[in-house]
Amino acid sequence: MKNLLILGAGTAGTMMANHLRNELPKKEWTISIVDKRDTHYYQPGFLFLPFDIYKPKQIKKPISKFIPAGVEYVMEEVDRVVPDDNQVLLMNGNKLDYDILIVATGTNIAPAEIEGMEGPGWQKDIFDFYTYEGAKNLRDKLRDWEGGKLVVHIAEMPIKCPVAPLEFAFLADSYFTNKGMRDKVDITFVTPMDGAFTKPKATAALQHLLDDKNINIVPDFNIERVDNEKKMIVDYGDQEVPYDLLVTVPTNMGDALIERSGFGDDLNFVPTDKATLQTSVKDNIFAIGDATNVPASKAGSVAHFEAEILTENIKRYIKGEPLKDEFDGHSNCFIETGHGKAILIDFNYTHEPVEGTFPLPGVGPLKLLKETRMNHMGKMAFRWIYWNMLIKGKHIPFVSATMNEAGKQLEPEEVA
Amino acid sequence: MEKVINGTAVQVNDQGYLTDLNEWNKDVSIEIAKEEGITMTDEHWEVIAYLQDQYRNNVPLSIRGIKKSGVINIKDFYRLFPGGPLKKASKIAGIPKPVSCI
Ligand SMILES: Cc1cc2nc3c(=O)[nH]c(=O)nc-3n(C[C@H](O)[C@H](O)[C@H](O)COP(=O)(O)OP(=O)(O)OC[C@H]3O[C@@H](n4cnc5c(N)ncnc54)[C@H](O)[C@@H]3O)c2cc1C
Repeated sequence: MKNLLILGAGTAGTMMANHLRNELPKKEWTISIVDKRDTHYYQPGFLFLPFDIYKPKQIKKPISKFIPAGVEYVMEEVDRVVPDDNQVLLMNGNKLDYDILIVATGTNIAPAEIEGMEGPGWQKDIFDFYTYEGAKNLRDKLRDWEGGKLVVHIAEMPIKCPVAPLEFAFLADSYFTNKGMRDKVDITFVTPMDGAFTKPKATAALQHLLDDKNINIVPDFNIERVDNEKKMIVDYGDQEVPYDLLVTVPTNMGDALIERSGFGDDLNFVPTDKATLQTSVKDNIFAIGDATNVPASKAGSVAHFEAEILTENIKRYIKGEPLKDEFDGHSNCFIETGHGKAILIDFNYTHEPVEGTFPLPGVGPLKLLKETRMNHMGKMAFRWIYWNMLIKGKHIPFVSATMNEAGKQLEPEEVA
Repeated sequence: MEKVINGTAVQVNDQGYLTDLNEWNKDVSIEIAKEEGITMTDEHWEVIAYLQDQYRNNVPLSIRGIKKSGVINIKDFYRLFPGGPLKKASKIAGIPKPVSCI
């Protein structure tokens, strides 16, 4: 018997367990998956929890519910990987041998990276919404907040779901408008990037929305510290932005197990081939999802596209065939813009988001880079798709792993 | 597009970044720095050499990377290239504008 071991039972690990149990013969391969938690969170729901749009029970379910029969689920924290021994050490002292390893341990927030962020104000007037606890605490805060300066902030790139902070600002506008107190709230979006987004066409569209919704933007802000006493964030160029309520996305880092294993980059992300998803650590170690250093968005949709290609490559690796170098960085994401509308963007390593229709070229029903109600319904439907199709490894109709160029208004040089 | 800097014709993109590091030299660099309101000193050159080195080794530039570089601390980096230091220094170094990965 041979062993395939998956570290992390989040979005990507769960998908891989489901795909591979269907593909690998049970008589030849055992599959095990390790996670330190027993709860699977629907992380896109962390954006809606603070605004009382989703209830906790809609965004958390037991991990075991999504692990297929024939896959062993080990609930324990991973200490480290020892590539030379093809072995994983667990915190409880147990060892797991593997023939093939898939690292899918995602990314966490690391507020301790910024001076003062975890100071006396942390979870009192400084919140994150990238964890379940942070999002829930923030919901409680917002329920009776009386208004003032709301600062929505990104500490440094890359972060997972890079548009989520912007969506938070849009939803805050909508939330306070509905509560009849928008005039009491001043919303400022602070980012280390030089605009609302890095890709020019999407940045222009999003900047327009920020203006429309009366949300200020402070770009090029590289935070040095949070001054808890004076209630302001300060950057290396001594720029200061005062807040009454700071909603920040702290530095995102891979799990400390990567550092303990000695193969991560500065932010504990695993060096991974961006087209095949094989790591440069050793040829029997693969990585997927937020844990990798590939230059694609860290998003569930990306993990979904990666999973199709990684499944194929694991099969090829077993047969000793050359790997398929096909992953193109395909990313597809809804941007909630508040007031019951959303934008949809679809892009990859080389093509920036443009206007067009999705998923059917020329038909839609979803419109790319345009604010519509239909897109908002798409975003809301995504929760159902996530729990019932995505993590179970079912194919989503009409949506392919690599980006479709048809139905898009690409620039001539981009179609090359 | 082509731009003539100090008598030398170089290729730049629409934001004024050189598109080929081979066309970079100190004279071109000094002129670009002037346009950004910066007078080059030995301290500046040291940083520029470091950035070019990182670029040649395919290391993406970030504030975090500068912090760990051992070449300069962030405060001084801002002092030498006020405003957007990564962007300005990259332009003067003749390397592409740093992109954050989305
Ligand atoms: C606010 C927010 C909004 C988002 N919105 C969207 C969206 O609209 N669309 C979209 O596509 N994506 C969205 N995302 C991103 C998406 O949730 C992630 O990209 C996706 O979940 C990544 O999957 P993953 O499997 O790589 O990591 P995760 O799902 O985070 O799973 C990692 C797992 O590894 C486990 N683990 C880590 N370290 C260890 C260890 N040492 N030992 C044992 N187990 C360990 C963790 O417990 C966890 O279960 C959003 C994320 C956030 C935070």
